[in-house]
This record gives sequence, C-alpha cells and structure tokens, in this order.
Amino acid sequence: MVRVVLSNSSGVPLYQQVKEQIGAGILSGELPDGSALPSVRALARDLRISIITTTRAYAELSAEGFIATVPGKGAFVLPLNTALVREQLLRQAEEGLLTALDAARLAGVGRDELVAMLDGLIEADRTDTEPGRATSGTPR
Amino acid sequence: MSADLAFALRGVSTSLGRFALHDVSFALPTGYVMGLIGANGAGKTTTIRSLLGMYPISSGEIELLGHPVPGPVALREDVGVVLDHTFLVGDWRLTEVERALRPFYRRWDRTRYRDLLDEFGLHQRARVKELSRGMAMKLMIAVALSHHARLLVFDEPTSGLDPVARDELVGIVGDFLIDEGHSVLFSTHITSDLERIGDYVTLIHGGRIVRTGTKDEILDGYRIVRGGPDDLTDLAGIELIGARRTPAGVQALVDTEDAGLLGDRVMVEAPTLEEIAVHVGAPARHRPRSLPPTTSGSIA
Repeated sequence: MVRVVLSNSSGVPLYQQVKEQIGAGILSGELPDGSALPSVRALARDLRISIITTTRAYAELSAEGFIATVPGKGAFVLPLNTALVREQLLRQAEEGLLTALDAARLAGVGRDELVAMLDGLIEADRTDTEPGRATSGTPR
Repeated sequence: MSADLAFALRGVSTSLGRFALHDVSFALPTGYVMGLIGANGAGKTTTIRSLLGMYPISSGEIELLGHPVPGPVALREDVGVVLDHTFLVGDWRLTEVERALRPFYRRWDRTRYRDLLDEFGLHQRARVKELSRGMAMKLMIAVALSHHARLLVFDEPTSGLDPVARDELVGIVGDFLIDEGHSVLFSTHITSDLERIGDYVTLIHGGRIVRTGTKDEILDGYRIVRGGPDDLTDLAGIELIGARRTPAGVQALVDTEDAGLLGDRVMVEAPTLEEIAVHVGAPARHRPRSLPPTTSGSIA
C-alpha cells in the first residue's frame, strides 16, 4: 500500500512530496520490487491533487529507475538494482578502479599485470563466497 | 481538428451583449481539468456559452471534441453541462427527470442513473425543487454521467456551495477523470478548489484572455510584490497589475521577468492563484498612479 501524506504548508512542491514519499517507501523496502502503484489518475483523485502534478512525480521516479509505468495499466516498483542504487554502485566501482589505476601507474604496474591481479582477486572472491569450494581456514 | 484536444477556441470574438469577447484563444488537452478564472462580468459565461454553441460568435473558430462548433447534434451527448441554475422543472420527481431526458440521448444508461442517485444520496422520489444547491448540482452531474458525457462543463459550480459539497464535487471530478478520455472545464471565481486539482488555468478579464497555461506556468509567471507607501512609484516600463495603494503600503502583481528589476526594498513573493485572480481582475488595473490612494478601483 502506498502511503503518501501531503503537507500544504511545508513549502515543498506537491509533486516533490509525492515523489520523495514513494521513493522513500521503495528504498525502505515497504514497497518491494513488483509492487503495484496506483495509476496516475487514481492517485491524483485519492490525494485530490492535479493529474499534471502526479504525472510529474511518476515521471521523475521513472526517470530515476525506481518505477516503470505501463500505459493503461498503471505503475509498478522496479527491482532496486536496476534503479538509482545500481547506478550509484557502478559509480563506486568505477571510482575504486580509478584509484587502483592511479596507484598502479605510480608503481609502474602494466596493464597485463593489473588485469591478472584483478582476475586473481575475482577468483579469490568467488572461492571465498562459494561454500562448496571454500576450505575453512584457508588464508586468502 | 485534433483528437488530443477536448476543445479549442481560436480568435473568438462576439459582439452581442455587455460581455463581448475579444480575440479569445485557449485550448484544453483531453484528459485534464481547466479552471477559467475571472471576476464577475469578465466573460466566463459568454465564453462557455460560445464554446457550447449557445451563443453566436462574430469571428474565430471553435472546436469541441474534434468537431467544429456549431456541430452535429450528436455532439451534445458527449458534453455534460452543469450551469449555475437547473433547467429542470421543479415539480418533477427524480424518476420523472429521467423519463423526460432519456429520449434525447441514445446512450442513456438507466442503471447508471439509479446508481449515481444512490451514490450521491439523492432520493428517486424527491422533487427537483426540494433539492439544495449542492444536491441540484449532483443531479445535473448524474444526468451528464448517465448519458456518458466525455467533457463536463461547469459554470460557477462552487459558488453557493458549502465547503462539504465543494469537497464532494472535487471527489466526483476526480472519479470522472480516471478515464483518460474525460475532461473538465469549470469557470469560477473561487480559486481554492483549483489550487490543487486544476491542471490548466485560463485567466480572463474584460472579455480578453490574460494568460492561459498549466497551473504551474501561471503561478511561475507572476510575482506578488509588497512595499511601503513610497515604494514602486517610479517604474518606467514595469506594469503593476491591479496595484493597491493604501497609506500603509502598496501591493501589486508583476510579471516574473520584471520582478528582478524592482530593487531590494520591496518584498517579492510567489503568488497564490487567489492573489493572481484578485489583481488580474482588479478594476483599478489601468488607473493612473497619480490618483489619490484608494483601496478599490472606484474612481471617486
């Protein structure tokens, strides 16, 4: 169930309030992946706000990857990893790799050695997380 | 003709009567609510009557649900009109209302009419003249919805309604708009209802369109400015809309683009629709600034 409580006196535009509250519901897991959201028009009716306002809130949530809207059917919550969260994680991974590149350049480590290092780390990580192959007490 | 527009007026002028229209142009996309805002005598009712083909226009063109106006008689079935008075005979019971109106509509839906009367708390045995204003309006809405109108046109729906009935009307409009093919136009001088549910706003004054657009475009387009008695006196090129001067100070509406030119002695704020309506509709709009301060536009 979507919980949106609008304030008339907060100074925050109505579309922003709708967007933030649905977004918060998704991030907190209250609205899990696949949850159906009311259609733009149903939500506008229920909140007694304009259709344009509700459309704008949904459009921004959709642009940020939180929800998908299906014309005539309404909207539903997307899995979080395809949402903004994933984009942020990708950015973090990229930043981490850039840091590694900088350090490697200073140490004179070449591409092949660096790729081998990454492959080794991926392999070690996989052995570590796959219970069947991991032997207890093996140092990484 | 466009299927995406509920209606459009293009360069419409009328010459009859006291409330003539001058080059009126505005349109409503299908699926939305528009409020036509203006003071009494601004031309709201003339505009609505022209749109509905009830009033002859001297120039311009009107399009309604994809048809030119005046258009095919069948077009009437697609439009539900709620005027500020009922045209129904006072002695009719609500069952007789149905019997009288049904022959005019091919798509009359008897079950829907009964259901709506129930939903709106109207008794079938009641007589038209026994209905309160709010109930009479709900009856007219029930009639419009029973012939499956796609466009609802209200003339001053909220004037004379108590707050509870107004709130109920907002709910009924919301239900109606669940269908994307449905649109609503209402004229009003009470802007509080529109502040939230209105998608589009058209400001009319003296038979001319002052501005039309989405509600946010209208709200963003103006700033309200307040200052002391000596402020805002020498402003070449800046129009102070509906300026109100009192010994205590001055308040006016300005175009947002002009707001930056006013200096930092005055307070500039985002207006409400109500403030925009008040200033745009103020009769003092073109009054020379040299006249002694009065709170209204009456030239004493």
